[in-house]
Amino acid sequence: MPGTPIKDYLRESRLFNSRILVVVAIITFLVLVLIGRLAYLQTIDHKYYATLSNENSINPVPIAPVRGLIFDRNGVVLAENYPVLTLEIVPNQVKNMKALLSELGKVVTLNPRDLRNFYRQLREKPHFDSLVLRNNLTEEEADRFAVQRYKLTGAELHARLERYYPQGALAVAALGYVGRISESNTKVIDNADYRGIEYIGKLGVEASYENVLRGQSGIKKVEVNAEGRAIRTLDRIPPVAGENLYLNLDARLQSAAEQALGDRRGAVVAIDPRNGGVLAFVSTPSYDPNQFVDGISTTAYKALMDNTDRPLLNRALDGRYAPGSTIKPFLGLGALEGGLNPNKTYYCPGWYSLPGSTHRFHCWRWREGGHGVVDLHDAIVESCDVYFYNLAVHLGINRIDSILNEFGFGARTGVDVPGEFRGLVPSPAWKAAHGLPWYPGETVIMGVGQGAVLVTPLELANATAMLADKGVGFQPRIVRAIENPTTRVLTYLKPVPGHTVALSNMNDLKDIVHDMTDVVSSPRGTGYVMGHDAPYKIAGKSGTAQVKDMPASASYNAKKVAENLRDNAVFIAFAPAGNPRIAVAVIVEHGGFGGEVAGPIARKVMDAYLLPDPPALANAPGHPRQAPHHAG
Amino acid sequence: MNNWQRWHIDRPLFLALSLLSVVGMFVLYSASGENSMLMVRHTLRMALGFAVLVGVAQIRPETLRRWSPYIFAFGLVLLVAVLAIGSVTLGARRWLNLGIIRFQPAEIMKLGMPMMLAWLFARDSLPPKTRYIGLGGAIALVPILLIAKQPDLGTAALILGSALTVLFLAGMSWRSILAVLVLAAMGAPLLWAHLHQYQRQRIATLLDPTSDPLGTGYHTIQSMIAVGSGGFFGKGWLNSSQAHLDFLPESSTDFIFAVFAEEFGFLGIAMLFCLYLFIIGRSLLIAFYAQDTYTRLLAGGLALTFFMYFFVNIGMVSGVLPVVGVPLPLVSYGGSATVTLMAAFGMLMSVHTHRKIITH
Repeated sequence: MPGTPIKDYLRESRLFNSRILVVVAIITFLVLVLIGRLAYLQTIDHKYYATLSNENSINPVPIAPVRGLIFDRNGVVLAENYPVLTLEIVPNQVKNMKALLSELGKVVTLNPRDLRNFYRQLREKPHFDSLVLRNNLTEEEADRFAVQRYKLTGAELHARLERYYPQGALAVAALGYVGRISESNTKVIDNADYRGIEYIGKLGVEASYENVLRGQSGIKKVEVNAEGRAIRTLDRIPPVAGENLYLNLDARLQSAAEQALGDRRGAVVAIDPRNGGVLAFVSTPSYDPNQFVDGISTTAYKALMDNTDRPLLNRALDGRYAPGSTIKPFLGLGALEGGLNPNKTYYCPGWYSLPGSTHRFHCWRWREGGHGVVDLHDAIVESCDVYFYNLAVHLGINRIDSILNEFGFGARTGVDVPGEFRGLVPSPAWKAAHGLPWYPGETVIMGVGQGAVLVTPLELANATAMLADKGVGFQPRIVRAIENPTTRVLTYLKPVPGHTVALSNMNDLKDIVHDMTDVVSSPRGTGYVMGHDAPYKIAGKSGTAQVKDMPASASYNAKKVAENLRDNAVFIAFAPAGNPRIAVAVIVEHGGFGGEVAGPIARKVMDAYLLPDPPALANAPGHPRQAPHHAG
Repeated sequence: MNNWQRWHIDRPLFLALSLLSVVGMFVLYSASGENSMLMVRHTLRMALGFAVLVGVAQIRPETLRRWSPYIFAFGLVLLVAVLAIGSVTLGARRWLNLGIIRFQPAEIMKLGMPMMLAWLFARDSLPPKTRYIGLGGAIALVPILLIAKQPDLGTAALILGSALTVLFLAGMSWRSILAVLVLAAMGAPLLWAHLHQYQRQRIATLLDPTSDPLGTGYHTIQSMIAVGSGGFFGKGWLNSSQAHLDFLPESSTDFIFAVFAEEFGFLGIAMLFCLYLFIIGRSLLIAFYAQDTYTRLLAGGLALTFFMYFFVNIGMVSGVLPVVGVPLPLVSYGGSATVTLMAAFGMLMSVHTHRKIITH
């Protein structure tokens, strides 16, 4: 070795040892950095990370509540829940979704709509949620799935409760239906209320009482691993079942009305005049709400949309019709209140002309030479148009409008289902707003409920109920009571007062009611056919509303005129006349004469309500049938 | 001369290593989800490791010194071979399949590099002349580049580190060190340009783990959650929810320290640090007491390599360093690294127990 070994050795030792000291210093520094970092994470940031750790491992899984049931006033089930087997996928647990779906397609039937629905959920919902791929699995499909399950990781069978309307198309106009929560729904609702819930009321009572029916989701806190698979349940807050609804609606009236209407387009609304309870709420043709629950197929929906009878139009709520002669009792009462002498007569030659005009407004009996000399009573019983043309001119349009407004025409009734339309009470101001003048002839035809005036069947029934109950109005209510599903305690909803007609002299009302009973009981009355033989006293008024202006000279033969040009048949009635318990409005589109076509339908509805049940159909009132699938 | 001496075993170091192994086994038992098959394999490997330690300790330092260039050359050959015929795992070509066993030739370099440089610099007295430093640097770069090409940046960095520590301990002048640092700083952009996309991503992730929480940031975030949620006292043994519910990736291998931190808290960490620092300190002491240039540099280099493992792993788990595949020495589950480390400790013991007893 070169140099002096000892000197080199000492020098080398010193150098090496000094370097070791530097290394020790560096190590000390680096270790302090690590210790500092770890101490920071474990003391100062500990809470933050502890929370993250818990959030990692504890997953709240919502438990859907049982939706409240809906019964008619006698406990007939109108909406219930029944268990269905669903095939669901937790996307987080799936490695290859395409492969899984194609495998599942071999085991169960998956149509394009199922897949579309699933992919939509996949985009919108968190991937640790269980997403429904197929509903209503058959037992055979469930068995096939169970056998193949080991290789179908991520897919599970679940039993879910699905809405079912056992009466099918009955009462859809009032009930509405539920459907899957849509994108437009999610914008409005608070998602916290809908944890684990798939359905939401879309129409009718299902929509307006959504908050009552829905109930509260429960939460199951489960420990999950990183794949989102539940390891064990830590905590469980049970769901609270939605409350049940008892409707004022009576399934017997409802089906009586629907059967009476048959395949004709029309609407029937029956109201208990004493409290505004809606006893029947019919729009025909109807449709089966069950097909909407899981999303209606495109073809079925197209068929409903393309149907010229427009089944999806809720005629009772949103149909707008000329009231025709059913407007007469209201105008008559208004005139009496204004001082009209009921005994004052007017001569009906079959037509009416305004002074200084040659235009003839015909009476419906113009061919027989008119009604001759009539007073108010005769004009209502025989529905003399000329008398009311004259009356309208005397009242003037403003007075007519205020009479109609008093009875709630042209305004929403405030019924407890969403989407109500209001009718139209035309006024010179309304026309002026459209840049048009008011012609005197329009006032004339207002006297017989023609022209621009429009009412909804609900408005008409509501006004009839006011007439029946001495002018006292209520907001129509479809729901009668709410039942706590656990305690079975019924809470009756209080009737909600509506507008009440201020009547100065009750005798005026009595006169009109008397006239209306004669419409039905007098052989000359236009409603004689429908009710003269009823075991209770009916007050009614027919209406036959033109839908198209017929040439004055043309003869009107209902049987010969093309159906869509025929008059709308209208009828209003209440009974028993002395102490009314039901008020009805019936409209049959293009039905023809009101007294002959709409009247008998009103009669059947009142019979169903006022007459004792035929023994076979007896349904113990006030004793609800055992509700299926209650929350337990 | 007691029994320990006769078997060339340094008692304090051996006991500390044994204690660390036992602690490691408890942690691994929890981290693996109480997987007993894995524990059996791990125990066998540790046993093999200790056997290798004892075996290597019997080899005289002079023999080690003589073998040094050959071991280094052998490692180089294997590194070339692995690039040519190695098997690919997770996109990287690191493994050489020898039929019954698969191993990473880079492991040999972890020992071969300090041995080679120590051998080179021991040819003359310290500090090494500039040409030796240049030669040493050139020799060191070959295996480092080969390993980086696999690609295995973590191991390449560790081996680069061990080469640099030997250079530093050898007494490379501060001026040269400064020059190397400047060169490194200038070379960094060049290196960045040659990095794989995932490697760049890992460095970006270090700066902000939340930038890609379910991607490259996931490891770091879940690891920090595990450490932070452990708190001061920890959640207790077998209670690491991060590992048991599979949120923490690689919980048995590279991220096992996170499991330890979650279960034993800061208190446990402090004690574990003491154990590691004792081992490192004892190793440095062995280097301090070493009697010739070769054994000094070898012992110092191996001691610092061990420290780098420790620092890089814990730095990665606690989010101070980027995610590189470096196990926690003697605790992580994993074969070749354990055996390599035990062989290194065998060399340290050989260095310490084969001293000519003149001064002491």
